[in-house]
Amino acid sequence: MKNRFNVKQALLTIVAISLIAILYHSCTSNMKPTAALSGDEAQAVYVPPGEYDEFYAFVSGGFSGQVSVYGIPSGRMLKVIPVFSQDAEKGYGYNEETKPMLNTSYGFIPWDDAHHPELSQTNGETDGRWLFINGNNTPRVARLDLTTFETAEIIEIPNSGGNHSSPFTTENTEYVVAGTRFGVPYPQKDVEISSYAENFKGALTFISVAPEDGEMDIAFQVLLPAFDYDLAHSGKGKSHGWTFFTSYNTEQKHTLLEVNASQNDKDYIAAINWKKAEEYMAQGKYKEMPANYAHNIYDESSHIATSTMKKSVKVLLPEECPGLVYFLPTPKSPHGVDVDPTGEYIVGNGKLSADLTVHSFDKMLKAIENKAFETTIEGIPVLRFEDVLAGVVEKPGLGPLHTEFDGKGNAYTTFFISSEVVKWKVGTWEVLDRAPCYYSVGHLMIPGGDSRSPDGKYLIALNKITKDRYLPTGPELTQSAQLYDISGDKMKLLLDFPTIGEPHYAQGIAASKIMPKSKKMYPIEDNNHPYAAKGEKEARVERDGDEVHVYMTMIRSHFAPDNIEGIKVGDKVYFHVTNLEQDWDTPHGFAMMGARNAELLIMPGQTETLLWEPQHEGVLPFYCTDFCSALHQEMQGYVRISPAGSNVPLKWNLGEDEVIQ
Amino acid sequence: MKQLGRLLMIAAALSLLMLFAFPMWKIILYAPQYPDGVEMHIWINKIGGSTPATLQNINILNHYVGMKYIEPDDIPELQYFQYVIMGMIALGLLAAIANRKGLFLTWTILLVVLCLIGLYDFYLWEYDYGHNLSDTAPIKIDGASFQPPLIGKKDILNFVAVSLPHIAGYFVGLSILLGFSAWWFKGKNARNEKTTL
Repeated sequence: MKNRFNVKQALLTIVAISLIAILYHSCTSNMKPTAALSGDEAQAVYVPPGEYDEFYAFVSGGFSGQVSVYGIPSGRMLKVIPVFSQDAEKGYGYNEETKPMLNTSYGFIPWDDAHHPELSQTNGETDGRWLFINGNNTPRVARLDLTTFETAEIIEIPNSGGNHSSPFTTENTEYVVAGTRFGVPYPQKDVEISSYAENFKGALTFISVAPEDGEMDIAFQVLLPAFDYDLAHSGKGKSHGWTFFTSYNTEQKHTLLEVNASQNDKDYIAAINWKKAEEYMAQGKYKEMPANYAHNIYDESSHIATSTMKKSVKVLLPEECPGLVYFLPTPKSPHGVDVDPTGEYIVGNGKLSADLTVHSFDKMLKAIENKAFETTIEGIPVLRFEDVLAGVVEKPGLGPLHTEFDGKGNAYTTFFISSEVVKWKVGTWEVLDRAPCYYSVGHLMIPGGDSRSPDGKYLIALNKITKDRYLPTGPELTQSAQLYDISGDKMKLLLDFPTIGEPHYAQGIAASKIMPKSKKMYPIEDNNHPYAAKGEKEARVERDGDEVHVYMTMIRSHFAPDNIEGIKVGDKVYFHVTNLEQDWDTPHGFAMMGARNAELLIMPGQTETLLWEPQHEGVLPFYCTDFCSALHQEMQGYVRISPAGSNVPLKWNLGEDEVIQ
Repeated sequence: MKQLGRLLMIAAALSLLMLFAFPMWKIILYAPQYPDGVEMHIWINKIGGSTPATLQNINILNHYVGMKYIEPDDIPELQYFQYVIMGMIALGLLAAIANRKGLFLTWTILLVVLCLIGLYDFYLWEYDYGHNLSDTAPIKIDGASFQPPLIGKKDILNFVAVSLPHIAGYFVGLSILLGFSAWWFKGKNARNEKTTL
């Protein structure tokens, strides 16, 4: 009996364990949250063919060095704008005209790590004129012209290292800023790394932006202790005139930072009174420091970029400029610093902190007035935490990084570690809603969400990791953007779509602010390119020693000239190609066999130049790469290359009208 | 109201001045890849369009099927027709000064005749451009003509061509109406004068 009972019991146990295992398996395999959508999301993001999206989104291309442009809510990609990286598709950084755009004090740098797009603002509102973006690696800030969607200007940041807290704008685009993430010797010199605390500094750079044409100039730098200045945002409304920078590594360590820079319970938000800085500048209280940095501007009428090296920079030292800088203690290694639309609240997203800290601008002013300083660091007063604290969002999530606002009194903060967006109420600090992100969200973006007047309809979470969200593509997977509807009380996930590079930050703007100003072509009569041929009658070939200049035109569907002879091995042949078209969406491409750079992609009315150095004799074809018309395949020509020293005469023609020089 | 006929005659003559301020005719080509249409404007003394490059764009389209390039310099009417119009304005004003009913009618009929000649001339040019095709045209379609309509709508390959008067064209029409009204009111005044006598 005893034995039988035991067998029965054993059998029951096995059955029970099996049932539990099956149940457990079906539970875990159902944990993937795919079916969380309720059904009407598709309609919310469906923009029928031929209709336009409501918003533009400018998304950082991260380590691709580019900016991508999307339509929202559809998530359709509209354009990739080359900024810091060469782009063989468009010839950017390869053609002779745009090579100077990528010039730096280190020479030609064909790549950078782009992080934060920032739209220009007027009265604290996005105005759709320009988009700024920082290059993190070789410190630079670029300005994109939003009538052409092209990079118009790049300025290098001197005596900086890792331009991360950049290029956040002030309320009327008086300045865009560029704070260094890495402390560096100031100015650069050969010192022991262990002399960090003594020799290294952190420069916060204010770049002025000319109101008419957007031209950038380094107005001044503020020299601070060598903390890592991580992110920034400028005040608005009542706090207009101030810019706030977060810092970590206030420990000022230079090795094993993941441990060594995570020891202080509080780091600082540096509050810079830039109106005060302007006064000190006017009083001549700056030091002129040696520097070496490139300033590159693209001229839209000549279609040519020029690069100028600048040799000095004006620097303000806090110890000599009282009232210029204050430190606001903020737990712990704060990442983003975000100012709410009223300008009163300054959110310090302490990424290693359990709580989210919010400072009050009014309290900060009062504390400054009372001179109740905790201490001073290198002449910079440190305010007392309790004196500036407005409130704390308690235990909202893990790893807060960034906050944006909807203009309706709510804030939205991303949490990297707990991979979610949390909505909370400004003023009461209560958590209202939370929505998961797939996965590991970094920045978030609400159109106008860092301005005085947000468009609180959509929120985009920019995710670092996608794992199983899309069809796999080998070890390298895409990053993603996730679109949420935030018009109601609860956030609602609508769509997720892949992005290029790592989509650090993004900016969004109502399409109506940009679309009417978008250019359709460049008027040929305004083309001032010195090598332009503004009609087929001007097409020609000129030799100057071993340099050959081809003044070429293109129009549907032929090149003029399309047969060229008299080119020799060893020549430097410059094809100056002018697109004579004057219609919308009629670019032509130019590709020369054996050219060791790229193609040209030339917009109507534009001139671009490709350098080609023929290596062997023969006859090589060139052709149009952009399908331009029914006769596109016929848009081709030949260049005859003769041996070096041959006396084949230079000649060229189109059709039967042969021209011989 | 005795001067009404004369005033109308002056207005009729001055209406023609609009020919120097606005195009008199337009031909619009529609196709899916031209969402705004390609709108060519014919003025009394030049050919233009809704954009500065319209003529170039039309010539690019035309060259596929071997149509001649439209070169305004090759169309003599664009040179001299403006003087005919200036002459008509002068004659109309002289007629108003003379204030003679017969002159009003003569002037207006002359204007109608000129319009008919102009339209016929326009038709001849359209016929020439539409039929006189190059032997080396890249695209040849047997028996096809590319003549746009004189007035109205017509399908030409992938395009819908619409030909209609433009602003100044309507002012010419108005001028004719005003001319006839001037004649009619002048006559009415004369009749009224007779009856009151």
